[in-house]
Amino acid sequence: MEITDELIMYVAALARLELSSEEEKRAKKDLGDIISYINMLNELDTSGIEPLSHTFDIKNVFREDAVKPSADRDSLLANAPAKHEGCYKVPKTVE
Amino acid sequence: MSILDLSALQLAKKLQAKEISVPEATGVMLKALKNAAPLNVAVNLCEEQALARAQAVQKRLDAGEISSPLAGVPMAIKDNICTKGIPTTCGSKMLENFRPPYEATVADKLTQADTILCAKLNMDEFAMGSTTETSYFGQVKNPWDTSRVPGGSSGGSAAAVAAGAAWFTLGSDTGGSIRQPASFCGVTGIKPTYGRVSRYGLVAYGSSLDQIGPLARTAEDAAAVLDIISGYDPADSTSLNQPAGGFLAGLKDSVKGLKVGIPREYFGEGLEEDVKAAVLGAAKKLESMGAIVEEFSLPMTQYAIPTYYIIASAEASSNLSRYDGIKYGYRPDQSEDLLDLYLKARSQGFGTEVKRRIMLGAFVLSSGYYDAYYKKALQAKALIKKAFDQSFEKYDVILSPAAPTAALKLGESLDDPLKMYLGDIYTVSVNLAGLPALVAPCGFTAGGLPIGMQLIGRPLEEGVLLSAAHAFQQATDYHTKKPGEVAK
Repeated sequence: MEITDELIMYVAALARLELSSEEEKRAKKDLGDIISYINMLNELDTSGIEPLSHTFDIKNVFREDAVKPSADRDSLLANAPAKHEGCYKVPKTVE
Repeated sequence: MSILDLSALQLAKKLQAKEISVPEATGVMLKALKNAAPLNVAVNLCEEQALARAQAVQKRLDAGEISSPLAGVPMAIKDNICTKGIPTTCGSKMLENFRPPYEATVADKLTQADTILCAKLNMDEFAMGSTTETSYFGQVKNPWDTSRVPGGSSGGSAAAVAAGAAWFTLGSDTGGSIRQPASFCGVTGIKPTYGRVSRYGLVAYGSSLDQIGPLARTAEDAAAVLDIISGYDPADSTSLNQPAGGFLAGLKDSVKGLKVGIPREYFGEGLEEDVKAAVLGAAKKLESMGAIVEEFSLPMTQYAIPTYYIIASAEASSNLSRYDGIKYGYRPDQSEDLLDLYLKARSQGFGTEVKRRIMLGAFVLSSGYYDAYYKKALQAKALIKKAFDQSFEKYDVILSPAAPTAALKLGESLDDPLKMYLGDIYTVSVNLAGLPALVAPCGFTAGGLPIGMQLIGRPLEEGVLLSAAHAFQQATDYHTKKPGEVAK
């Protein structure tokens, strides 16, 4: 399949990345090579095979619905680049 | 002879016998790490905390309060393992100043076992790489030849042990990141069964593939570390309901009757002659020690790399979407709106390889491509696991190289990412199948570079692997060699 400029812009947007035109060129080549290579999976007959997410037979690992202490807010906010009155400060998102 | 020449267990015995003090040993390791600065193995030294901890542990030792096999031994861990209040950078500008508000389970277990954290070790950015050249904090150099890579992504962890600056370290392995550097640096490393060691506090790259494991100079030391870090953890819902420990106590030193399978698909084109000779030589050695060694066919080999890179990139793109400049991590000074903030934080905070894998992951998960790539890869994963399950009906252990070559030259890998990915051929399928695998030194190239052999085992049979390596290390001396000692 052809890796078009549109495809590169599309996956970059999905990934919330902005690329310079140099980076776009590189990405087109590198991702093109990689995707061509991974296309070899098409030759594999997987009809009837269940997709395997987890290699061991563990499911539904739950805990009791009991209230436990969570983390201390100040320690969680300590790494915040911008904070205000116990909240993360973010650009305005709603008009 | 320096105490750095001892194994971790030997050092612990000397500490117990009061022949040397914990603060002394800690000082020796900190000094060795500083001397190893040209290799760039550490991102941060934890000097003050280490010396304070050393005093505290010495007091407990003096009071006869502790006796665990590695009590008092200084160590260092890969910088993607969260250490509370101590910078945990993942080798990235994105987390340059990140101080975790919590401690990884393995870090806590090592503290409870009275070992001393001395440094956070350098790594490929967010564990994505095979050479430790993608770190924001500069590349790591191989102590055996400083014009070469130590391997990756746990390059700092492997190089620190090889350089004699650490008795043991922790690394992490998603597609070979403990095993391949162990091979390139001539040390012993093990990736446990998926779920054997808690991932709580390990910064996630490929959550269905990641595991933390030890690197050391002997299988015995690796077993002692695995005793400490293993065990069920309710904080990790993929953690297996298995108790910690039993590996050191369970070590056997015989391989009599051990059924070893050698996959013929692993010994074809692309494998360097020196590496092939060393690994087949190890097979002969094991045979002379009583193992039953046989060649066999392991299907699905050629599909391992595409399967791995689809799944790992997909999971990475999801795991790394948390880095948005809001809650922690790099944030640009100026941005126009929320979207612009995201774009700048991520584009400026991440390096090239990370961005490449995030985009690949976004692609294989995207609408219209999901079935052809991600779902297909999960089906291939099922077939890969089945191929191993069938092999383990006949064999106890699968023997292979850890990498097609010995350590490559610095600066030669990053321009051709696909070629770099193909070097992972022997290691990635192990992560896909969730199996344990160990790498130990088994020879040297004509130029004096280390070569490792990989032993792959059944789920939960780390003991079989550690015993085989331990027996091999009683009968050979590859693991005792240090940089500068091997004649070219």
